[in-house]
Amino acid sequence: MSPEKPLPVIDHDSAPYWEAAQEGRLDIPLCGDCGKHHFYPRAICPHCHSDNLRFDTVSGRGEVHSFTIARRPAGPAFADDVPYVVALIELEEGPRMMSRIQTDDPEKVHIGARVEVTFVKASDEIAHPYFRMT
Amino acid sequence: MKNGRDPVIVGIADAPIEDGKFVTKASVLGHAALVAKAAVEEAGLTLDDVDGLLTAGMWGVPGPGQLATVTLGEYLNIMPTYVDGTNIGGSAFEAHVAHAAMALREGYCEVALIVYSSDQKSLRSRNLGGRPSVLSMQHETPYGMPTPVGGYAMAARRHMHEYGTTSENLAEIAVATRKWAQLNPAATRRDPLSVDDVLSSTMISEPLHLLDCCLVTDGAGAIVMTTAERARDLKTAPVAVKGYGEAHTHWAIGEMPDLARLLPAQKAGETAMKMAGVSHSDIDVVEVYDSFTITVLLTLEALGFCKIGEGGDFVSGQRTAPGGAFPMNTNGGGLSALHPGMYGMFLLIEACRQLRGVCGDRQVAGAETALVHGTGGTLSSGATVILQKD
Repeated sequence: MSPEKPLPVIDHDSAPYWEAAQEGRLDIPLCGDCGKHHFYPRAICPHCHSDNLRFDTVSGRGEVHSFTIARRPAGPAFADDVPYVVALIELEEGPRMMSRIQTDDPEKVHIGARVEVTFVKASDEIAHPYFRMT
Repeated sequence: MKNGRDPVIVGIADAPIEDGKFVTKASVLGHAALVAKAAVEEAGLTLDDVDGLLTAGMWGVPGPGQLATVTLGEYLNIMPTYVDGTNIGGSAFEAHVAHAAMALREGYCEVALIVYSSDQKSLRSRNLGGRPSVLSMQHETPYGMPTPVGGYAMAARRHMHEYGTTSENLAEIAVATRKWAQLNPAATRRDPLSVDDVLSSTMISEPLHLLDCCLVTDGAGAIVMTTAERARDLKTAPVAVKGYGEAHTHWAIGEMPDLARLLPAQKAGETAMKMAGVSHSDIDVVEVYDSFTITVLLTLEALGFCKIGEGGDFVSGQRTAPGGAFPMNTNGGGLSALHPGMYGMFLLIEACRQLRGVCGDRQVAGAETALVHGTGGTLSSGATVILQKD
């Protein structure tokens, strides 16, 4: 039996993000001062360092900024997934987030490909935001 | 203007390895101690003269390696009064040279010892992978990001997309570096290598092949620094530390400000060259971190040896190979000589050997000024040192 995949260790910064993901929403922090979104969630805005932040539900749409096709797994837990596509997604709202592209054909993934979020249950607490090409 | 407290390197040593493994039987700290002793004794000093201790490592983490200078100081049975355990990845030792240089100028220490040791090959482990899924890594590790190669692969892909760089361009770097290794009896991989060999090697994390990746070996190295004044009484010809710079931008690759531009190298390089008062044409030999072929390409662009986006053209035609216009990674680099996890120490040692003129078949004729640039993490940190024959 292959070992279990690592689950995120939720903290106070990320809890609202993971709770929303479990409910099928992509919620990321929005700064009340500079008006910019950011990811990953922090206690202060990385753009203007304000702490006037709230979580905002975003479109879940974006494009592939870069990606790699893993031909060797990141440890035994991912062995059954090979080949799989890890991608840096640039959301329409600006921030970039690391994720997976759900696809039967990794060769079709390309920089600039339009993608949309889809949530994949990983545990009772965690649903991962993966992306699909649209 | 010369000053008696100008920092110089007076001792270097590295441990012999065979097939990537230590030859001598000793623990990881034992190897650190053996190279430390060799480096101070080369200069005509003893370990009791050392009052500055700088180290970084992954040994015993979590555990003793978390307090690296304390653990090593205990093993050596010395009481340093200036310590620096800065760990910014493989570039840590270039930063250590900078920090020791400042401490020496300030009169805060007289003899600084910088040490690194890793037995990752013998242990069959590589501590860099499997980053725990906490803090920023909770948004990366669960997706199966191959660490660290996946991040470098994403940078390579982006560079290819923006500038038309090819896998052949990257392979040129691996091939040129292997040619240097063939001139270095101590290098681990010395068999001939062609661009086709690189392109047909196993794909690890697209677009990076196995032979785009550095080796995994053991290794230990040490550097001893003191002041120009003190060096006059010592046994070795000093190498002057003329300039230095350091910077870092991110830990998680998703946070890298621009995947196709290495901002820490740009910043550190500018700072170091300005401090040293040198321009690109003054540099005779270049030692830059080659964790992956793409690391080299991004670094050369960021340091200003060519324009951003033109790295592929710059390295083509075996320009960086022996006999080429741009002698680089003259020991065979992390790609072919050795790569014990944090390789930056060995860039410095090779640069010193070139400036001492003791490199035999691989000696760069008339080498007087060297640029050393370390990269750490996942293109996270950069530190540059300019060294000159005194």
